[in-house]
Amino acid sequence: MIKALSAKEVAKRVVEGSMFILDVRNEGDYKDWRIEGKGIKSINRPYFDLIDGVEDVLEHLPKEEVLVVCAKEGSSVMVAEMLDEAGVKDVYYLEGGMKSWSEYLMPVKLGDLKDGGSIYQFNRIGKGCLSYLVESNGEAAIIDSARTIEAYEDFAKENNLEIKHMIDTHLHADHISGGRKLAEKTGATYWLPPKDAEEVTFSFAELEEGNDITIGNTKIEIQPLYTPGHTIGSTSMIVDGQFLLSGDILFVDSIGRPDLAGKAEDWVSDLRDSLYNKYNNLSKDLVVLPAHFGKISELDEKGAVSAPLGELFEKNDGLNIKNEDEFRRAVTENLPPQPNAYQEIRQTNMGKIDPTNDEQREMEIGPNRCAITE
Amino acid sequence: MNVTQTLDTKGLSCPMPIVKTKKAMDTLASGDILEVLATDKGAVNDLSAWSKSSGHELLEHKEEDGVFKFYIQKG
Repeated sequence: MIKALSAKEVAKRVVEGSMFILDVRNEGDYKDWRIEGKGIKSINRPYFDLIDGVEDVLEHLPKEEVLVVCAKEGSSVMVAEMLDEAGVKDVYYLEGGMKSWSEYLMPVKLGDLKDGGSIYQFNRIGKGCLSYLVESNGEAAIIDSARTIEAYEDFAKENNLEIKHMIDTHLHADHISGGRKLAEKTGATYWLPPKDAEEVTFSFAELEEGNDITIGNTKIEIQPLYTPGHTIGSTSMIVDGQFLLSGDILFVDSIGRPDLAGKAEDWVSDLRDSLYNKYNNLSKDLVVLPAHFGKISELDEKGAVSAPLGELFEKNDGLNIKNEDEFRRAVTENLPPQPNAYQEIRQTNMGKIDPTNDEQREMEIGPNRCAITE
Repeated sequence: MNVTQTLDTKGLSCPMPIVKTKKAMDTLASGDILEVLATDKGAVNDLSAWSKSSGHELLEHKEEDGVFKFYIQKG
């Protein structure tokens, strides 16, 4: 009997376990984007090469515990059944396929705040997107929300939280923001940096320096800090004097790319100023919480992604390019491919187009690619 | 184009369009052209990758009113 494995269970294996994966999507899709992790081994054999039988692939598989993965589930069930019949023990298929994997959000508690309250990272592990929930005294703010807002709604319900603020650090180009949708649903305020929002078709509150946001009665201040470079409006946030939410400006292993809104050359000096001056003047004890991770090795043993700012100034190559010309080349040349459908995603986030759920899902497929290196 | 046979996989989802295409192809002779109708979006990438890996030639594919049409010549 083959068994379904949910994206949540696979995420657990990625963070702290092991799994052998037979990925049956076509070669191009596998090369572009797949499930990875410390204990994860995977091979690729397209399902259409296995229709006549799985004999050829058996010698490359362990005798037990194999997870078959495809785009939506159908082909993985077919191949899993064939492996089961061929005598492989404990054959699983990924429930909902890579589509579900791409959408699963894993909440991880990062720490407590000084006057009560706490902060959580919601790791969209299949896509490398990170969002945050700050809660205090029954109120919550969500930063850089994913499109699939159910995870936050469920979390708020379980923990008796009222969602008061939805905040995007910038106009995203790699994923569709759930910020506006969840704000409409809950009556929360939707915050966007005004310089990124010049073309938006909806009303929003201006995320700007000076407009501090308070959550709960205990004054968990979220203090915005204007740090352009990835987009012209990109705004970082300091939460409770402890955490620096760096959006797509600074990542643990890399820095943001300035080209997704078509302005690489114009924004290079903004990006450099944000990183080398504004961030450099902040307390090095701040814990950096980025909006993405690039490699699965950035996850700690709980599955969280974070690093002290001081450590990044020592170790992150993007913060250690002395020469300005060299910096310019690093952030404008040899960039990885742009995220799938990034123009349409930006238009959706501006409210200019309104794709169906299936279309939105299709647009978001693949890795995020917001950093200058992968 | 001289279509030898038409295969309707409309409404079927992955992996059935390819499984049926493969079965139909097995009954044809080299040089014959199979027309495949499908509504599953995944079929676009998969049929072209499958044609390549199995030595057939995808002559043409187009979309008409939400239906994908593929013309594959047996190798």
